[in-house]
Amino acid sequence: MLASLVGYLHDFDKAEEATQEAFAIAAERWPASGVPDNPGAWLVTTARNRAIDRIRRERTLAEKIHLLPVPEAVMDEFDDTAIKDERLELIFTCCHPALPLEGQVALTLRALGGLETAEIARAFLVSEETMKRRLSRAKAKIKATGIPFAVPAAHLLPDRVDAVLAVIYLIYNEGYSGRVDLAAEAIRLGQVLAELMPDEPEALGLLALMMIHHARRRARFSGEDLVLLDDQDRSLWDHAQIAAGRAALDRALARGGHGAYVLQAAIASLQAAEPIDWPQVAELYRRLADLTGSPVVELNHAVAVAQAGDPAAALRAVDRLDLDAYLYFHSTRGELLRRLGRDDEARAAYRRALELAASTAERRFLTRRLAEL
Amino acid sequence: MQYALMIYTEPGYFETLSEADRAEVRAGFDALAADRRRVVGAQLQPAETATSVRVTGGRMLITDGPFADTKEVLGGFALIEAANLDEALEVAAAIPAARFGGVVEVWPVVAR
Repeated sequence: MLASLVGYLHDFDKAEEATQEAFAIAAERWPASGVPDNPGAWLVTTARNRAIDRIRRERTLAEKIHLLPVPEAVMDEFDDTAIKDERLELIFTCCHPALPLEGQVALTLRALGGLETAEIARAFLVSEETMKRRLSRAKAKIKATGIPFAVPAAHLLPDRVDAVLAVIYLIYNEGYSGRVDLAAEAIRLGQVLAELMPDEPEALGLLALMMIHHARRRARFSGEDLVLLDDQDRSLWDHAQIAAGRAALDRALARGGHGAYVLQAAIASLQAAEPIDWPQVAELYRRLADLTGSPVVELNHAVAVAQAGDPAAALRAVDRLDLDAYLYFHSTRGELLRRLGRDDEARAAYRRALELAASTAERRFLTRRLAEL
Repeated sequence: MQYALMIYTEPGYFETLSEADRAEVRAGFDALAADRRRVVGAQLQPAETATSVRVTGGRMLITDGPFADTKEVLGGFALIEAANLDEALEVAAAIPAARFGGVVEVWPVVAR
């Protein structure tokens, strides 16, 4: 409801006010007059009319607000289909690259996810006051700098879609490290985006990626301990969610998708299969590395090569990478050296990884590996 | 809305360009000058020619050069009229400085 109103009014504060007013009117009238046939549409229409009244009043006072030409709204029209879905325009506004990234994330969760400011603050471990400031700064910039409430022109669209996907994936990854509600929220946002842009394979790819990863969250930890893919208890996986993720992936592939999110989703899908087709995983990482040029992806490619049966080739590839400050570079080297029977070097690599480990779970995992050598 | 496009360039960069690139830079600035969305604009003389003025206690203090001392210096500006930030960003991106070692800042202007 908030999303629809912000999209319609092009003003976050007015939309929030109008939404509250509409709920207040409903609380007053519905007990006496009964709940209307379509309560959602009634609320949106009422909120719109309230906002329009308010804008008209303000216009007579000052003409500083220049909004859209205000269309006539009729109270009796409670038809859902008549209410245009403005969420897509709103997504592009919230994820405009001219806004600071943290502001984009907060606005997206507030306006599209419908989260309360206090909830967003808790999720990002900042005070509510800080989050309030972050949101109002972002809203003020939208207004002052004329960030449009519109789907970008075709030639700008690919870059801007990337920006939207990046924000949703960032929200997902915040949740991935323990705060599960944000991950679920990101999946909901991914579903909305995939619904609103049904022909955008990367939107489907991101949705598939998040769903397949999220489906394994319960198997990823055993108490405090990290559990690697190989050792995960598959009965803890959410198989329905994996199937839903694969269905999204199939749709992405059917639309010719071959971007970074589609590739990562395809890899996640292969890794959720039994047995895992490691040569195929390695091939997909190869393509992803070509696409992104990322040494971290190269590292993952090497892991897949080792799993496919060639740890020596994998180690040669790893040793070419410049990732000395990266924990998983050293833990991967340790694992490969261990498999090649080079235990002393393996120990040294694990020790270096341990120095870089930030979380307790990581430290415990590496300490165990060291003890096993 | 009106936007001020502040064009920053690296002194001497133009001289390092090939003749073809220089022609492209000139064509880009000609296109900006001819753009109907441009209200006003100017290319500035080199930073060494600039002078800073401030008044304290009724006395005028004059110092040589611009205030900031960065690699990129203000080389010009344009005031444009655009429907929204996306249109302003497009005009900015077409300014040669944006792709030849400089940067263009897009500032919304206070409406009077």
